[in-house]
Amino acid sequence: MSTVKAITGDAAVAEAMRSIEPDVVGVYPITPQTIIVEAYAEYVARGEVQTEFIPAESEHSAISICVGAAAAGARTMTCTSSQGLALMWEVLPIASGMRLPIVMFDVNRAISAPINIHCDHSDTMGARDTGWIQIYSENAQEAYDNFIQAVRIAEHPDVQLPTMVMMDGFVISHAIQRVEVLDDAVVKKFVGERKADYPLLDMDNPVTWGSFDGLGGWFMEFKKDQMQAIENAKRVSLEVAKDYAKISGREYGLFESYKMDDAEYAVIVINSTAGTAKTVVDTLRDRGVKAGLIKIRMYRPFPASEIVEALKNCKAVAVMDRVPGYVDIGGPLFEDVQVACYQEGVNVPLVNYIYGLGGRDILTSHIESVYSDLEKIAKTGKVATPVTYLGIKE
Amino acid sequence: MSKKWDYKNVNAKNIPRGAVIPEAGTADEYETGGWRTKHPEVDKDKCIDCLFCYMYCPDSAVITKDGKLVGFDLKHCKGCGICAVECKKDAIKMENG
Repeated sequence: MSTVKAITGDAAVAEAMRSIEPDVVGVYPITPQTIIVEAYAEYVARGEVQTEFIPAESEHSAISICVGAAAAGARTMTCTSSQGLALMWEVLPIASGMRLPIVMFDVNRAISAPINIHCDHSDTMGARDTGWIQIYSENAQEAYDNFIQAVRIAEHPDVQLPTMVMMDGFVISHAIQRVEVLDDAVVKKFVGERKADYPLLDMDNPVTWGSFDGLGGWFMEFKKDQMQAIENAKRVSLEVAKDYAKISGREYGLFESYKMDDAEYAVIVINSTAGTAKTVVDTLRDRGVKAGLIKIRMYRPFPASEIVEALKNCKAVAVMDRVPGYVDIGGPLFEDVQVACYQEGVNVPLVNYIYGLGGRDILTSHIESVYSDLEKIAKTGKVATPVTYLGIKE
Repeated sequence: MSKKWDYKNVNAKNIPRGAVIPEAGTADEYETGGWRTKHPEVDKDKCIDCLFCYMYCPDSAVITKDGKLVGFDLKHCKGCGICAVECKKDAIKMENG
């Protein structure tokens, strides 16, 4: 059974957390994620959950608390955003290297300077190669669904890696949307109990965590093993998605292909802008333009060959990055898609758009201009401007 | 010697997950005595067995028996000299070797 609620994205994540009821939550508040931890603190205060809730003095401490608790064998969660994730950075690869299935929600927000509390993806794109699984969500419902599934993906025996789930700051985190919320008992049964490999609190089988591994050690073998584990997350996430469909009626892939079957012009996008772009695709389809869209869900591991397979028959493809790449060859998603196409020997003209930095509005007219650029590129077969900043004030 | 984990026979396929060593207290097997250039010697005529050296030693290398200082564990003593500095009776001297 499920209940339909009109709630914000943050409230939807808090609902998911309440149903999962992790053993330990170590957190520090930061806009626009604060509502999640405030709501969870209320659940704790009211006795609705038995979680050990630890408000830390900084995000560095919050994630360190999670590392300790997860090593002890606890199911552990945290939430953050922007500068908060930046402050956690030192500990992120420690969590993944120690193979601790911590589940984090990050509400995407720009990184300073200048100070800006609004959405772009600079925070989590900066943490894309820390060994964490990254799952992005278009709206509140997807944030809710992804967060619950993340527990199963992270804790799967073939994966055992920390996982961060994202949604866009304010436009999703603070906007009231329709969300189908599952019953607590259904969610609890779905996530089950965590079975830790080497729980630190198992006094009958004491182990050593965090030991030194120097020149004569096994550092490279550990890292290779870790690489295999994150690759396994692709298969595992699809298995978990099938199980989740049984309780929710909603099934997710590594990415969503929207009207891609016969698409000639495609846009690849992450998070809430996919909603705006789908409206544009529908409008263009009405006009007879064969437009399509790919929305990334799982970004780490990167579903490279799967994406190439989806776009290989297009005449031109635009990749949209909501992060300043600081390199003139484009943003991170563009680089990944380009590399994937090159490796697979697919030579579709690719073009990159940097958009929506610091919460700058992205309008349907902007995305229409992108599709119109793609039609021109397809006619000439040439990409005159590989990287464009979309919606710049001239 | 490790009972559960023979580190010399670890390979890329059987490495414990998360760089865990599946037993505790393994620092005991790490012989830091090889780092030493000087070692402590105690003059038991001056020593009052206050055991400040025991408490300060970062390597737990001060050996005691029945509450009295009886010697140093040279497999683990790195020769840092903290015991000699902290000794209130000037009973510990750092000697070569």
